[in-house]
Amino acid sequence: MADVKKEHELIVTVSPHVRDEETTSRIMWSVSISLLPAVVMGAYFFGPRAVFTVALAIISALLSEYLFQKALKKKIAVNDGSAFLTGLLLGMNLPASVPFYIPIIGSFIAVIIAKQLFGGLGYNVFNPALIGRAFLLISFPRLMTIWTKPDAAFVMLDATTTATPLGILKEEGLSKLIEVFGDKINLYAELFNGHRAGSIGETSALALLIGAGFLLYKRYITWHVPASFLGTVAVLAWIFGGKSPETGKMLLFAGDPLIHLLSGGLMLGAFFMATDYVTCPSARKGQIVFGIGCGFLTMLIRLKGGYPEGVMFAILLMNCFAPLIDRGFKSKVFGALEKTKAREIKK
Amino acid sequence: MPDTNKVNYWKLITNGIVKENTIFRLALSLCPSIAVTNNLKNGVLMGSAVLFVQVMVNITISLMRKVIHPKIRLPIFMLVISGWVTITDMTMAAAVPDVYKQMGLYIQLIVAFASILARAEMFASKNKFAPSMADGIGFGAGFLFALTVISFFRELLGRGSLWGMPIIHAKPLLIMIMPAGGFFAVGILMAAFNWFDAKYLGKGARASHYSH
Repeated sequence: MADVKKEHELIVTVSPHVRDEETTSRIMWSVSISLLPAVVMGAYFFGPRAVFTVALAIISALLSEYLFQKALKKKIAVNDGSAFLTGLLLGMNLPASVPFYIPIIGSFIAVIIAKQLFGGLGYNVFNPALIGRAFLLISFPRLMTIWTKPDAAFVMLDATTTATPLGILKEEGLSKLIEVFGDKINLYAELFNGHRAGSIGETSALALLIGAGFLLYKRYITWHVPASFLGTVAVLAWIFGGKSPETGKMLLFAGDPLIHLLSGGLMLGAFFMATDYVTCPSARKGQIVFGIGCGFLTMLIRLKGGYPEGVMFAILLMNCFAPLIDRGFKSKVFGALEKTKAREIKK
Repeated sequence: MPDTNKVNYWKLITNGIVKENTIFRLALSLCPSIAVTNNLKNGVLMGSAVLFVQVMVNITISLMRKVIHPKIRLPIFMLVISGWVTITDMTMAAAVPDVYKQMGLYIQLIVAFASILARAEMFASKNKFAPSMADGIGFGAGFLFALTVISFFRELLGRGSLWGMPIIHAKPLLIMIMPAGGFFAVGILMAAFNWFDAKYLGKGARASHYSH
């Protein structure tokens, strides 16, 4: 009798009833793996120092997460990979030459202030890794903008420093940039491969595109945010990025979008940080608006602002708008009627 | 209102410092708590100015409470407050001109502090001279305490110094002396204050409150 009863028992649960096998931690680890090519390229160009910086950022992020959850007697969720990813992204966003305490402070701020104090994973308003980097850039403006020349770390003990392509573009103009890299084709090639000064993980567009391709193929990210972000940057760079070589004044429709697309942290930001599930809108149309906003702010900072690079601040600023954008593009509830129709029926 | 015969002055004072701390508890007057606290000296002077104004306003209102017509009480409070702020403003301009240059505007802004008007309206206009003074001391001291703690940490971390004297010889966290660092400092200290209060002071205070 008892057995029969058990067989016909109805299980009543709240929706969703059909679950995917994907879990948060699986996605986090997959994103981390997809960043591997870029880390390898960074290690190749900037030497063991870069590996050390990234490793330190990851370890201190994991440790911050563990200690905070232990101190607050929360469930310890270091294994879910989110702290690992935050540390990894932060490390990839630092110049290779920073002293050891910079990744430690940055990871602490990223994990504890930007994520845990807001309520933990899923509740953070801003991308944690970017908050960590913004904090560091504002706190240590000099240390955070010393860029080592790529591959100098292998050849010599004393790494030579240089400006980033965007820094040269901003201070000295396009002709100087082409002069530094030889010719224009070489400039594009070097930018694409990542043989240039910059943060550890941001330089190689090739490696980042491989990782992004993996994420797009696995559908962990969709094209909406990166495409609208990159597209806006390209269009704005083409329209407003040009300068007349004689007068130095702005020349409309004469910019070089490719340089702007391949330099700075744009590839890393557009594919791996703007697409963060927690801090970008969830509606597809909203994601396009989000991407356009990111692109617009990036170009505004690059062309008119005080910093040579604006991807970080652009994404952080748009993070604030993500809830608002989501409200504007609310998805229709299944079976719900349009407002006017509902009113007609009521009458 | 407390029984006039046996007023617990100590409780009135601690009420303003801990239980209803202007910045850490009521989250009022946050503007100066961020704007002038990037070094200890400014923080302490600003806190002292508020302490002085708060006590004097409470005393004045308490003495005048029987002659103020209830319908025009708020304009009268404002006049009294601005009178005392003007006195403070001019005194500071004459006594500490270098500091005044940096924070003169915020001294004048004391006129608009919600906490000062609130104590005048809620306490001083209904109580006798001595309790009003104790209340003013409590709230003023609470404000001074908050500003001192905030500016202590901000100067220590943001400049590596205290009262202008270098203490730490490492690279300071520049962000701490910027407005963003002010928000960080106020938020974290507010949390620390509430945690400390709940853990060590809260239970005892609550128990004694109910036992009365």
